[in-house]
Amino acid sequence: MRSAALHLGLIAVLVAAGLMLPAYHQGNLARILVLATYSIGYNVLFGYTGLLSLGHAMFFGAGMYGLGLAMHHGGFAPVPAFVIGLACAAGLAAIVALLALRTIGVAFMIVTLMFAQTAFLTVLYFGEWTRGDEGFVLQQATRQIAGLDLTNPTVRYYAALVLFSAALLITARMMQLRFGHVLIAVRENEERTRMLGYDTQRHKFLALVISGTLSGAAGAAYALLFGYVGATFTSVQYSIFPLLWVLLGGAGTTIGPFIGTLFMFYLIDTTSGLTNAYLMIVGVVLVLLTLFARAGIMGEVRERFAPWLP
Amino acid sequence: MTDVLRTEGLTKDFAGLRAVDRVDLSVATGDIHALIGPNGAGKSTLVGMVAGRSQPSAGRVWFDGRDITTLPAHARIRAGIAYTFQITAVYARLSLLANLELALRDRSRTRAVQALERVGLAARADQLAGDLSYGHQRLLEIAMGVAQAPRLLILDEPTQGLAESEISEFNTLIRGLAGQTTILLIEHNMNVVMELADRITVLETGSVLANGSPADIQANLAVQEAYLGHADG
Ligand SMILES: Nc1ncnc2c1ncn2[C@@H]1O[C@H](COP(=O)(O)OP(=O)(O)OP(=O)(O)O)[C@@H](O)[C@H]1O
Ligand SMILES: [Mg+2]
Repeated sequence: MRSAALHLGLIAVLVAAGLMLPAYHQGNLARILVLATYSIGYNVLFGYTGLLSLGHAMFFGAGMYGLGLAMHHGGFAPVPAFVIGLACAAGLAAIVALLALRTIGVAFMIVTLMFAQTAFLTVLYFGEWTRGDEGFVLQQATRQIAGLDLTNPTVRYYAALVLFSAALLITARMMQLRFGHVLIAVRENEERTRMLGYDTQRHKFLALVISGTLSGAAGAAYALLFGYVGATFTSVQYSIFPLLWVLLGGAGTTIGPFIGTLFMFYLIDTTSGLTNAYLMIVGVVLVLLTLFARAGIMGEVRERFAPWLP
Repeated sequence: MTDVLRTEGLTKDFAGLRAVDRVDLSVATGDIHALIGPNGAGKSTLVGMVAGRSQPSAGRVWFDGRDITTLPAHARIRAGIAYTFQITAVYARLSLLANLELALRDRSRTRAVQALERVGLAARADQLAGDLSYGHQRLLEIAMGVAQAPRLLILDEPTQGLAESEISEFNTLIRGLAGQTTILLIEHNMNVVMELADRITVLETGSVLANGSPADIQANLAVQEAYLGHADG
């Protein structure tokens, strides 16, 4: 009950924010909502299942290029192109899961990093279609769904909010089901969980596919809403971002990924206006976090004030 | 009398070391069957192969007449084997209730609380398992095994670290299961073994040294030299 109120309350606040915020912040928040969807996807694997991937940009990129290439070269409309993006991310996640889940711990981190690097190089290699680093723009005229112009800032904001809300509610529900409880059990003690009769390997596989698909949904939406597809989004920094956002907001909490993405976005936005050394300020904040709030913002809130927090 | 569990030639090699050496073990349905032997005899390794934690180097395992040698661990648990760890493995950062709900593989709060009642921990249902004393964590671990209502319950040194009073409660709990659940019990405390066991198998350096009723074993001189002689050590 409380958790439903929390999630619906957050969505209600965001609906209202879309009407009240000035254009600049509305634009920022639209971007944050898409990136927070990416964080939510990352959190399924890292926060709930306890598997640290250093290669999630490949799933974000699979969604982005799946949709982008289908629209740009294939002439697909946004909705089928979005479905293609999701299918690419899900398929890639399934392949990566089959291979990478043979390893654990640091080896898993390295294997995911290598896969993502391969994906990045693949994008550059097929430069004829992907236009490599330079990327390509999705024409404004094609970014329409059922008469709604996704290039209109307000429409774009609400489209991003629909995506974010769906991801939030799906994961929140999932974590109430037994499936979600078993993911947490795998995170807490995999061997114990196996010896209680759970197929932990299958649960990790599904967690990675769900996580990769949500990340791909975010990548596809990013391309569709902001009209640009480029290799940067599959580079290693886009694998590190969701890790930072989730750590900052609170790994293994439902709204932590959003809080972390919001916080980091505005931290960089504010500090880059003040100084060129904004990355140093980001670094300082992360050091403070690891010293004083190891569980992340929502993780600390849960530990100190609200143990019921999902 | 049928055997719920049977192993044939079960062997485990670790890089040059034969931890379990061609063990033929039969556990009769309904029995409390104790597995004893000195440290490093291979007891945990043997039951680990029964529960599916590790694959044998050679030999076969039958459960309920079915060859389960190649069955993965989770499928063996679902087939009716419950396993408790020698080194306590509860979910320290989850509540007792959450621990039990996972063990029960359903989310019935009532059944979880009932299972906690059996080991006297119901009042602590909402505490984190990691906040319990060591002895209470052992009891939680036992409760998680018992709660599954398994056909074969494997207990690996369950009384280690329990106080005297807790040990007698443990004995009562296990005796209460007699008849419904077959129990394979690894135990160093000979009082517990003599009080509970219907049958005893003695393992030494990976091989079966003796096998019989508690009276047989007590009378077996070879065993006394190998084990009972320095049991209090
Ligand atoms: N994973 C492993 N790798 C290598 N050697 C192992 C491994 N597990 C156990 N051993 C060795 O196998 C032998 C049997 O160990 P095991 O834990 O089965 O003995 P045990 O009878 O349960 O002893 P204890 O009473 O101390 O629990 C020991 O010599 C141990 O060092
Ligand atoms: Mg042992």
